[in-house]
Amino acid sequence: MAEIGLKNLRHSYLPSPAGPDDFALKEINLSWDDGGAYALLGPSGCGKTTLLNIISGLLTPSEGHILFDGQDVTALPPDKRNIAQVFQFPVIYDTMTVYDNLAFPLRNRGVAADRVDARVSEIAAMLELDDSLTTRAANLTPDAKQKISMGRGLVRDDVNVIMFDEPLTVIDPELKWKLRSKLKELHQKIAVTMIYVTHDQTEALTFADQVVVMQDGEIVQIGSPVELFERPQHTFVGHFIGSPGMNILPCEVTGDGAWFHGCHVPLEGPVKGTGQRTEIGVRPEFVRLADGGIPGLVRKAADIGRHTVVEVMVGDTPVGAIVDGPAPERGAEVHLTFDPHQTRLYTDGWIATERAAP
Amino acid sequence: MKPRSLVPLIYILFLMLPIYWLVAMSFKTTNEILGGFSLFPQEWTLANYRAIFTDPTWYWGYINSILYVSINTVISLAAALPAAYAFSRYRFLGDKHLFFWLLTNRMAPAAVFALPFFQLYSAVGLFDTHLAVALAHCLFNIPLAVWILEGFMSGVPKELDETAYVDGYSFPRFFATIFIPTIKAGVGVAAFFCFMFSWVELLLAKTLTAVEAKPIAATMTRTASSAGYELGLLAAAGVLTIIPGAIVIYFVRNYIAKGFALGRV
Amino acid sequence: MKTENQRGWLFVLPVLILVAFNALIPLMTVVNYSVQETFGNNQFFWAGLRWFEEILRSERFHAALGRQLLFTFTILIIEVPLGVAIALAMPRRGFWVPVCLVLMALPMLIPWNVVGSMWNIFTLPQIGLLGYFLNDVLGINYDMTQQPVSAWITVIVMDVWHWTSLVVLLAYAGLVSIPEAYYQAAKIDGASNWSVFRYIQLPKMKRVLTIAILLRFMDSFNIYTEPFTLTGGGPGNSTTLLSIDLVKIALGQFDLGPAAAMSLIYFAITLAVSWLFYTLMTRDDQ
Repeated sequence: MAEIGLKNLRHSYLPSPAGPDDFALKEINLSWDDGGAYALLGPSGCGKTTLLNIISGLLTPSEGHILFDGQDVTALPPDKRNIAQVFQFPVIYDTMTVYDNLAFPLRNRGVAADRVDARVSEIAAMLELDDSLTTRAANLTPDAKQKISMGRGLVRDDVNVIMFDEPLTVIDPELKWKLRSKLKELHQKIAVTMIYVTHDQTEALTFADQVVVMQDGEIVQIGSPVELFERPQHTFVGHFIGSPGMNILPCEVTGDGAWFHGCHVPLEGPVKGTGQRTEIGVRPEFVRLADGGIPGLVRKAADIGRHTVVEVMVGDTPVGAIVDGPAPERGAEVHLTFDPHQTRLYTDGWIATERAAP
Repeated sequence: MKPRSLVPLIYILFLMLPIYWLVAMSFKTTNEILGGFSLFPQEWTLANYRAIFTDPTWYWGYINSILYVSINTVISLAAALPAAYAFSRYRFLGDKHLFFWLLTNRMAPAAVFALPFFQLYSAVGLFDTHLAVALAHCLFNIPLAVWILEGFMSGVPKELDETAYVDGYSFPRFFATIFIPTIKAGVGVAAFFCFMFSWVELLLAKTLTAVEAKPIAATMTRTASSAGYELGLLAAAGVLTIIPGAIVIYFVRNYIAKGFALGRV
Repeated sequence: MKTENQRGWLFVLPVLILVAFNALIPLMTVVNYSVQETFGNNQFFWAGLRWFEEILRSERFHAALGRQLLFTFTILIIEVPLGVAIALAMPRRGFWVPVCLVLMALPMLIPWNVVGSMWNIFTLPQIGLLGYFLNDVLGINYDMTQQPVSAWITVIVMDVWHWTSLVVLLAYAGLVSIPEAYYQAAKIDGASNWSVFRYIQLPKMKRVLTIAILLRFMDSFNIYTEPFTLTGGGPGNSTTLLSIDLVKIALGQFDLGPAAAMSLIYFAITLAVSWLFYTLMTRDDQ
């Protein structure tokens, strides 16, 4: 088990990258505590799998260092790093039994037979695979196969980190949550560092203590699920997380506040710095229909169970609101107010308001 | 360069050596060939090729071969396409047995069938026609085409068919305008293998022809035995038989490996 | 799921007619000959199973079958491992892949008698590149028209030259279909190169290798044109494989009855071995 540090990490798939656009990963610095559960979240192609493969040693970064417990492992091959990785599609050794699959990493390292037996039995019991130890792995269901890939990592008691690369892609929906809670349970039981890559926010937010949101090869924000939801550092995070995402409303900023379509919008705190592009960010959860405020027309309303998502057109800008109770008719004139504590200003995409002292 | 890429390199070199020798011989004069060993032609000559292109028994050999190979490829594909569709989509009485019986025909030694084929095609009056050879080659080409096409078709989801029917396509129109274009890689691979096996086969082609449809390969064997040591001419004729195959293989280069892999045993 | 539809029969009818015309009628002719005796004037007499007994007891058939089995066994032992090894060493992607594949497939597209002639020209002492090299450069006495051992080696090398590429192509197709994640997982699990081959590559190639071995078995067992053009079955009878012997009997001596009986036995052996091999290889697939 280890604390993981990434220092000035950059990676390009091109032999001689010219500009920053040639880099799949641009300048990554972070450190992860031993035993934590982390998620790498971002849209396809944002560099999260690249980052994962660099940590596991399948890729060597163009620049920078990877540290496990302060030791530089950048030059070590994957098998020397004592890590485990679970891939998008289950990787199992078809011709072997479940037992042999689980024993494989130990036998490759020359571990004594009785020790292998003890570890395999222990891990199989933990993963609830003990009934199928003698069956051929090829005949199992996808979720059982994913459990085996995980188990191959867990059998090694010296494992530093277990990495998951979108492991639930091929799992049936009803089994997804089962496997996910199994993961969570395992993490609590053995407290090994886990890194989980996904583009699905639900998976990331339910699994991880800390989520790393990535876009275009850069880390946009690192934070707990609550932080990501409540105080996105960047409009991308606000938009990407939440369903529907944060309202990002172009606005004007003058000396005495932010103005949206001629209405003054109170913000959470004082504005620092200026930029070319200024936007108000407010989550639909904190938009209310009121008697007074910003006027708009209801364009559509969708019932999502306990709540109704209402889309209101203010001028030509759509604003989403989540309301309890009866939804207004289409075409109705309404007024909107934003909860000032949850309304922030973003300049050039980055947050520009300071939280007022409580 | 990694040392292990030497392995394919050496193998290709081994493959090319006899071919190189054939090409080199074809540009040598008979005197030079019999006069002693020379790695390159000392005195380049096109006489051997000129002899082939001016003698109708030679160049008709090529035309005959290309004719029956083309006819065979068309017949094999036309018959195999609907059959492969049936095997990949429908369950019908005896389908599995039929499929395996078809494949067993690839195992039949051509030598076993040479004489009966001669009698059969003589009896139906097709002896010494292009059609006779084309039909005879169906024996091993149709099973192969069905096998390859079935593999490709099984890779196409059945929903494609259903969507087309829902959209009001009739079966023939669906098959011709949607389904075949979808598996065109498979059709290309199947056509390639039909071409190949029909082009390289000689025993049946020779047995079923005398003058009118005599394949180039048969012309060669007769030349080899009757005219004694005309090695240069023989080599030139051989070189010319490699060219059509080389052209065809260039077009399907990205699919050859896939063709067999997708087939089901 | 496939649907139950007897329309399938309609679709396979053209194939059925064409193949049956080519397979069943000649097969019936062969069966017919195999139980009769003829003296060449189109008169036939019932011979029962006499020809079958005669063939099965004949030394000549045993010798030809022995040579055939030795030949098929030898080329399988060489071509399959060699083909797999070459496929493993091939680059997985890039500019050179289609170039390699086209060059490798070339021998398979050469008419079979041209293959024989080409190797004949290639191995002639004094004149051929190989013949010259062995005799005059290395000083090995090599003449496949005189020496049975040289003739055997030449026939086998020729077949390796002609058909190893088929194994390469099939094995390569199997290899490129293995997802990258398998190799990555093996790296993380600390697997050796041998383990990667044994537990990932070989199992994934099993299906295509089954096809390769079956095709090579069938085709090498039925081989006729190439060795006949190269050696004519000689020197003596040393390279007279089953098909060559069969054609000698049927067309050379016009012994239709024995030739037909031999054909059927021959066909039966091919079928039986293929079926046995196929059943063994697919036994533990569900």
